[in-house]
Order: sequence, then structure tokens, then C-alpha cells
Amino acid sequence: MSHDDVLNPKQMPHDPEKATLEGKNKFLGFWFFLGGETVLFASLFGTYLALNGSTQGENTPEHLFGLELVFIMTMLLLTSSLTSVYAMYHMKNHNFQKMQLWLVITVLLGLGFLGCEIYEFMHYIHEYEFTFRSSAFGSAFYTLVGFHGGHVLFGLSWITALIIRNQKRGLNLYNAPKYYIASLYWHFIDVVWVFIFTVVYLMGKVG
Amino acid sequence: MSNAKPAHQHEYERKQHREEMKHQVISFVMMIIFTFVAFGMVMFEVNSFFIIPTLILLAVVQVAFQLYYFMHMKNKGHDMPALMMYGGAAVALLTIITFTTLIWW
Repeated sequence: MSHDDVLNPKQMPHDPEKATLEGKNKFLGFWFFLGGETVLFASLFGTYLALNGSTQGENTPEHLFGLELVFIMTMLLLTSSLTSVYAMYHMKNHNFQKMQLWLVITVLLGLGFLGCEIYEFMHYIHEYEFTFRSSAFGSAFYTLVGFHGGHVLFGLSWITALIIRNQKRGLNLYNAPKYYIASLYWHFIDVVWVFIFTVVYLMGKVG
Repeated sequence: MSNAKPAHQHEYERKQHREEMKHQVISFVMMIIFTFVAFGMVMFEVNSFFIIPTLILLAVVQVAFQLYYFMHMKNKGHDMPALMMYGGAAVALLTIITFTTLIWW
């Protein structure tokens, strides 16, 4: 694909992310990947649900979890999902700088979420001596929530790399699919988090 | 790629995007409300046999908003994504049932 004839935003097609064969393939392939990720997280959720009663002592879900921090984390991640929707809105209107700006806001909110999660884990380890090796509940908890945190870290690195790499290029049919796919990944992270705060934290508090 | 778009079509598309953005902001507000209800039910210790099914239902509806509005699954050309996600969700459900009832009981 020659880059010269796709760079003009005035001639961008309606759906820049799916206008090329490469873009269409990325779109389909990525949804395929997300279907697989669903199953992967399901196996971690299944493990957690089966093992969260095996606590080896008083570090139970009800005893450990505080809902205030989880609520703040949920709001940060949910808002970052909306800001990446705004970024895609500006992509469809071919407004590159506004798209970049909204993605920067998305990354900042994601960093806030990650900071809260690191604080939470540190708190459990130092205040409660609740670690990966404490109990089967500990292993299942850190695997599930930590795997999600790893996805957040990967998503943040991915979006940051896109922002920096394309800053001087502007929007074209070559990088529009890349941005679109990254935003899908970011939404999927929020989808998984909805189930984590429901199944792990809220249901853990209900007991 | 030399055919520039006519101005009226450009205007029409912008209007469509604005309309879609409005729906997405509405679904964001709905998702915030669902989150508040879920946390509120647990924080104020609503005592009910149905609290766990209700929490799961709230999560599923919120995720449906995320998938259909934020991730555009309601738009045209999303048959394969729907197949992937519903296939994934079906296998996910079986996985969870298997893990909780057979493997690590």
C-alpha cells in the first residue's frame, strides 16, 4: 500500500479502520482474539470461585477487601473507557490531534487505576501478610486480579506507543486500524473489570 | 483514492457520528448508575436471597452496554464479532461450571 494516496484526511472513507484489507483482517482477527481472552479469563474466574473458600486462616475475602478503593478504581476505568470512545469519535471525524488528546487522558486514567491496584496489593502484603503463597484463595486472587492488572499495563504501553509513534504522521488508513484495535482492547479490559468487581469484591463482601 | 467526498455527505456523516456519540454518553450514564446500584446494595447491606443473582445481572447488562455501544457491536458488519463473543461466552460459562463443580470441588 502506498502511503502517499491515503494521507489526505479530506479523502478518508467513512470507516477508516475498516477501509483497507489489512484493516478488515485486523478487525476480525482481534475479535477472534477477544473471544479467546473471554475463555482465558473464565478459567481464572472458575478457579477463583472454586478456591476462594480455602483461606487457611482469617485472611478471608470479607476480612480483606475494602470497597472504597475498589469503587474509585471502577470509576477510573469506566471513565477511561468513555474517553477512548471520544478518541474514536474524533478519529471518525478525522480530527487527529483531538484523538491523541483523548487517548492521553485515557492513559492517565489507566495509570491512576494501576497505581491504586499496586497500592492495594502492597497493603494486603504488608498489613495482612496476605501473599500469593498464603492460601489457595491467595493464589487464585492474585492470579486473576494480577492478570487483569497485567492487561492494563500492556494496554497502557500499547496506546502510549501508538500516540508517540504516530504523533508526526497524522491519521491515515495505515494507522487508523491500529488505533481502533487498541481501543477495543481497552474496552475489553473494562469488561473484565466489571466481572472482577462484581464476582471478587462485591460477592466477596456479601459472603 | 482520488474521489474526494462531496460536502453534503461529509456533513451527513458528522451528524451521524454526533448521534452515535450521544448514545454512547447515555450508555456511559447507565453504566455508572448500574455500578452505583451494585456497590450501594453491598455497602448498605441489602439483605436478600436474590442479592448475588442481582449483582450478576447488573454486571451482565453493564457489559452488554460496553460491547454493543462502546465496542460498536450494534453497528452493521459485526456478525463475526458477535459469533466470536457469544462462542467465547458459551465456552466461558461451561469452563466456570466445570471448574466450580468438577475440578476443584
